[in-house]
Amino acid sequence: MDDIVKEFLVESRENLDRVERDLVALEKDPNTPGLIAGIFRGVHTIKGGSGFLGLAKVESVSHAGENLLSRLRDGKLVLTAEAVTTLLALSDALRQCLDGVEHTGHEPEQDFAALLSKLAALQSGQAAPVAANPTNPANSTNSTNPSDVVPPPAPSAKTEPAHPAAPASAPATSPGAGASESNVRVDVGLLDKLMDLVGELVLARNQIVQLTSGREDSAFNAASQRLNLVTTELQEEVMKTRLQPIGNIWSKFPRVVRDMAQELRKQVRLEMDGQQTELDRTIIEAIKDPLTHLVRNAIDHGIETPAQRREAGKPETGVLFLRAYHEGGQVNIEISDDGRGIDLARVKAKAVEKALITPDQALRLSDREALQLIFLPGLSTAQKVTNVSGRGVGMDVVKTNIEKVGGSVDLQTEKDRGSTVKIKIPLTLAIIPALMVTSGGDCYAIPQVSLVELVRLDGGQARKGIETIMGTPVYRLRGNLLPIVSLSQVLGNAPCDFSKAEAVNVVVLQADDRQFGLVVDQINDTQEIVVKPLGKHLKGLAVFAGATILGDGKVALILDVLGLAQNARVLSKTRERKLTEQAEATDGAQLARQNLLLFSLGEDRRLAIDLGTVGRLEKFPRNTVERAGSQEVVQYRGQIMKLMRLSDCLSYPGLDGEPGDSMQVVVYSEHGRSVGLIVGRILDIVEDAVRLQSDDARAGVLGKAVIQGRVTELIDVPGLVRSFNPEFISA
Amino acid sequence: MSTETIHRDQNQFCTFHVDQFFFGVEVSKVQEVVRQQALTRVPLAPREVSGLMNLRGQIVTAIDLHRRLGLPERSGGQPCMNVLISTEDGAVSLLVDRIEDVLSVEPDSVEPAPETLQVELRRFIRGVSKQKDRLLLILDDAKAMDLSA
Repeated sequence: MDDIVKEFLVESRENLDRVERDLVALEKDPNTPGLIAGIFRGVHTIKGGSGFLGLAKVESVSHAGENLLSRLRDGKLVLTAEAVTTLLALSDALRQCLDGVEHTGHEPEQDFAALLSKLAALQSGQAAPVAANPTNPANSTNSTNPSDVVPPPAPSAKTEPAHPAAPASAPATSPGAGASESNVRVDVGLLDKLMDLVGELVLARNQIVQLTSGREDSAFNAASQRLNLVTTELQEEVMKTRLQPIGNIWSKFPRVVRDMAQELRKQVRLEMDGQQTELDRTIIEAIKDPLTHLVRNAIDHGIETPAQRREAGKPETGVLFLRAYHEGGQVNIEISDDGRGIDLARVKAKAVEKALITPDQALRLSDREALQLIFLPGLSTAQKVTNVSGRGVGMDVVKTNIEKVGGSVDLQTEKDRGSTVKIKIPLTLAIIPALMVTSGGDCYAIPQVSLVELVRLDGGQARKGIETIMGTPVYRLRGNLLPIVSLSQVLGNAPCDFSKAEAVNVVVLQADDRQFGLVVDQINDTQEIVVKPLGKHLKGLAVFAGATILGDGKVALILDVLGLAQNARVLSKTRERKLTEQAEATDGAQLARQNLLLFSLGEDRRLAIDLGTVGRLEKFPRNTVERAGSQEVVQYRGQIMKLMRLSDCLSYPGLDGEPGDSMQVVVYSEHGRSVGLIVGRILDIVEDAVRLQSDDARAGVLGKAVIQGRVTELIDVPGLVRSFNPEFISA
Repeated sequence: MSTETIHRDQNQFCTFHVDQFFFGVEVSKVQEVVRQQALTRVPLAPREVSGLMNLRGQIVTAIDLHRRLGLPERSGGQPCMNVLISTEDGAVSLLVDRIEDVLSVEPDSVEPAPETLQVELRRFIRGVSKQKDRLLLILDDAKAMDLSA
């Protein structure tokens, strides 16, 4: 294809991007000066170029659009939502033509007659009254006057103002002449090649630096020092050429949001902050689809219809907020909405329905864990499958795609207040700082992003520092138990015997939201490494993220911290599923580790509650207990909270709580309702793998197990509360 | 390239020894042959994978043909050579014992592998060419490199 045609395609697409963005901005605030003129110029430039290149369809379509726009610009027509929709359709039609030219070399067959006649009708003012009809369902904004189509954008709504400097100055017939002298268009392939070469240079530099380290030759040392500095600088600069502002992918969101809001009859205001935040283009490519998916999700699932919002006492227009910023060598992207939030009970119910977890597990899941269910494949909480979402492929794909580029996804939600998805991704993938370690005589690289700290245990500390719980080594790091994983064991070599070790090197790593200590033979140094992919024979090895070439020319494997954690069972990816399998396999015996609250009831009865179901632990003086009817209640945080005596509920006669002036109460909350469970004396909180015998399970009791050497009954708090308080079931 | 040269290329085989056998791979598939290289062991990898090597900045997986073909292990200290086969995902190295010449093979000298050959080996052989004083086994390189097969 001709270079000039290629250039025209690129420029026209950029123009259309801007036109669409400005159209949506204009619809929000029709009085912004200069916007309509900018749109006009964009379309005009395309028309000019197409005439020059003999693209008749592009010319006729853009000409029709230009006619309508010129009347709008001159104030002879008022901009209606219908006009905006038609103009956006015009943009789509032009894109279709451009795509056709790119792929087939000529324009598509389609004649766009409907669009042309619509444009002509609008131009002559005929269609205007229809669009102004407030009952027109296509008009999501239900408004006759475009100026109050949407409440005025908040000051933080950083919709780009007009682009007066844009192609305006370019003579319409010569696309490309407008490009400023200080910018050069460079083929992306060339940039990739440059990056590869810089990678090679970094390796060569590493080799030279290694060779110099033992030498006395000061001139040579100086030269290598200089090479070192220049290489580092060159690497940084080349890396910068590949950076693109995240605004490049965000720029299509105003359109996406507008179209979806119209389709779903919702009102959504899009706010963006940090469009200038830059990311490597390979990463930008990789997160484009996940981000779009999250935006669509937020509008479809998160933000309610105007009627629902009014009922909930919220402004009718929902806000979708995109934010990006740099933090600690990573880019954070947040997508938040002020919608209805995620209904955890429904998520759990859905997961049970789809047999992803058992009902039993559903009851025990903490809120945080329940939220993680969303990332399981095959789970969608949309009531109905819409065009937009609810097909059950979604969040798991989002998570996988983000994790593929070394990022992480976190989800926060609050009922009726909205949800926030936080994405953290590295700036670049090509060259990363890494910690080099040795295990079993081989050198491995650990990406520095996952590194938390290094701990070295010497002599007696090494022998005693590492303790074991049921064969699993742990280390007490400032009071917290840190699971210990031996790298050589994970890699299939001999497990290390900590009791005989002279010194133990622990690399504390962060995988997802969990930390663990990796024991290695030796910690070497940190290096900038060039990440190279592994061949397909080794793709299946989750513990390796790739390989790199060291200063001496040897190949070293790069450890995948997340994969490593999963492999060592510190973190299990499909934890919920595993639980299901395990529950089936061990015939009712539960071996999952749980945090348990241990307490006694009376003299010799020991009970335990899963800490995940405990909202709070409170102590109430006996004299604060009041009565409402036959019910014991207390005043708690400005509300009246029912009290239940555990001994009564379980019909353990004569065990009426503990004597004394105060009572220990476990507060259980669900859907904003709380109930207090009077327990006996609280003994301890333990984390244990419980082998549950559920042969005597009944309402409120999951079964019994041996905990701390004593037979202990496991109480099912949610079940117990529900069986005595029917209103919790309906909730 | 004329059809004649294509034809001739297809009949050119890069030959090598693995254990007691004499193998050949089409020359057009072979990127290059290099001497023994330092290999980095890959724990947890399939046992046929000997390790990773650095080929001028590219990381190449080396597959031990002894193990892949179910032949006795190469005795310690015995040198080996890398036959680099180019694939869509970059080069893959096949570790062989000794390299020999490039030979021309007449298509009509090729017969299917005899049924009596041990099954483990037979599945990797596309045919047997009768050379003057010996037999050349034509290696199914794709199968040899696809460890899942």
